[in-house]
Amino acid sequence: MPVLEISSLKKSFVAPDGARSLVIDVPRFTLEAGEQVALAGASGSGKTTLLHLIAGILAPDSGRVVVAGEEMTALSEAGRDRLRARTIGYVFQTFNLLQGYTALENVMLGQMFGGGADSRRVRELLARVGLSGRLNYRPRQLSVGQQQRVAVARALANRPKLVLADEPTGNLDRRRAREALGLIREVCGENRAALLLVSHDQDALSQFDRVVSLGDVNRALYAGTANEKAIGFSATGGARVK
Amino acid sequence: MKKMMTNWSGAKGLLMIVRRSLGQHALSTIITALSISLGSGLVMAVFSIKSQTYQAFTGGQAGFDAVLGARGSQLQLVLNTVFHLETSPGNIPWAMYRQIKQDPRVKLAIPYAVGDNYQGFRIVGTTREIFTEFEYQQGRKFQAQPGGRFFNADSSTKDSANVTESPHEAVIGSYVSQATGLRAGSTFNPYHGLIYDERQRHRDRYTVVGVLEATNSPSDRVIWIPIEGVYRMSGHVLRGAGETFRAAEGEEIPDEHKEVSAVMLKLRDPQSGFQLDQTINKQGKVATLAWPIGRVMAELFDKLGWMNRVLALVAYLVIAVAAGSILASVYNTINERRREFAILRALGARRATVFSVIVIEAALIALIGATGGYAVYAAILAATKIIVKAQTGVELNVWQIDSILWLTPLLMVAVGTLAGLIPAFKAYRTDVAEHLAPTS
Repeated sequence: MPVLEISSLKKSFVAPDGARSLVIDVPRFTLEAGEQVALAGASGSGKTTLLHLIAGILAPDSGRVVVAGEEMTALSEAGRDRLRARTIGYVFQTFNLLQGYTALENVMLGQMFGGGADSRRVRELLARVGLSGRLNYRPRQLSVGQQQRVAVARALANRPKLVLADEPTGNLDRRRAREALGLIREVCGENRAALLLVSHDQDALSQFDRVVSLGDVNRALYAGTANEKAIGFSATGGARVK
Repeated sequence: MKKMMTNWSGAKGLLMIVRRSLGQHALSTIITALSISLGSGLVMAVFSIKSQTYQAFTGGQAGFDAVLGARGSQLQLVLNTVFHLETSPGNIPWAMYRQIKQDPRVKLAIPYAVGDNYQGFRIVGTTREIFTEFEYQQGRKFQAQPGGRFFNADSSTKDSANVTESPHEAVIGSYVSQATGLRAGSTFNPYHGLIYDERQRHRDRYTVVGVLEATNSPSDRVIWIPIEGVYRMSGHVLRGAGETFRAAEGEEIPDEHKEVSAVMLKLRDPQSGFQLDQTINKQGKVATLAWPIGRVMAELFDKLGWMNRVLALVAYLVIAVAAGSILASVYNTINERRREFAILRALGARRATVFSVIVIEAALIALIGATGGYAVYAAILAATKIIVKAQTGVELNVWQIDSILWLTPLLMVAVGTLAGLIPAFKAYRTDVAEHLAPTS
């Protein structure tokens, strides 16, 4: 059973001039357990909106999102919050760590709203990302790379079945970006979590075996494009259609 | 079980967020809590002082049931005789004292003659019965401190007050001793009038023979001397018979010349009071009976009823200002915290969680403030206690249990919680997607 199943998902927004524009139109998309997929798309192509729809942060106009066998789009807002807290981990571009909290507390918050607090797991996760000596540091006391690692640990704190990563390397230099991405992939692999990463960074995308162009998934961008045309990138960057 | 665990960890998360938030906004939290402490303490102190003052002045702690004095205001009579405040409304002849003393309805009658002071503490001429018979509280009589005694002069067992034995002895209240430094064996000269004026010094010299144990009553502020001493004080004239009379040394004073400011009465029963009230106040024209003392004082407080309404209004305003300060303090943080709320929501926190965080924060600020209010209350009451004791001799009890002491903090917390609802609603409405920017 897929961890993520999207069908006929549509989302539109009303522009300031009153015109309604369709931003997301995904006929079908699936992600299997343990699978790691990169979703490639330019800035403003609706990547974040799609992730928000998957996470239940936004409600679609129509269509279905099923996460870990539970239909996110059929739930109330509180139900979506619960499902998200239980099954989804989220890594943000700007990390979105809470500044007033220590690294330990930031990660603990990642599990408190879901399945209960397990400080041993939190400590293990922070140790896994190399921050066992920084448990009580506040985000501003950590380097950018360390903050990213806290964000990764937080996303995995609630043992999610699905990790959504939104431009997680956008604020890092190339070397750190590679390290961070490697870490996310490794830790997701160790935790058997499916990973859906959205990025426009070619270097980041090149590290994934399976890269999907958002334009091929989202018909709102290229009306009439065939559904779910998976595109992979070769090691040299050449695209191949599966 | 799992659901319970989830709820428990959610609650822990919630408290962690509240704690961190208060810590992050420590300055505004402290200032707001302090303003609530001040408000809460002020409201508790004002109402507690009012209530205790009312009890002290109307609660029947005077030791007497009634006061007989010159025709005039009952309130003035009570204030002058029982609380040793105010001036005397006039004098009544000695014969009236004798008459009321022999009345079978009267259990105890003690004369009270006032007109002099020492350093502002009034000197009261009376009889030894004030020490031997009078109970300032049920079962409690004045006690002289070790090394002291009561004055010897005693007219109560004789038909007249012409007792010349030791008329220059004085027994002083504990507060007088503290304030003036007079001790057993000290001597002093009285000053004429009830307000201290060093030009009004009498040449008579009195010896303190005893200091009374503290009674926490107005009597602690009194200097007691034999009533004979008042009659014989240099410069005093007696008008008991309508004409002026000056007592010559060694010469007996005829009863018709003597007069007293008032007579303090202990009655056999309430019925006696009713009858005497009829006889003296309703049918008589020469004297006034202030009875019952508690009712007379209660009338004073009733006249000041408008003050209670003003105090209540001030209290409501203080509470409203406290609520406003909580609202402003928490509300101002909401905009800067929207991103935090959005992140928490993205991590799975429900709208209700975010709402609860703000309401709990507001309630906690109010609770901290209300708790601090007890310190403010204690400080105000401690200061007031000293002032009231100095001015009236009445002792206030800082820690007397009064419903206002739990009602005010409770009200503060309730109002603080209500004030938190507005910013909480604003936080509740935070749009997660909008505040998780940037988007890609």
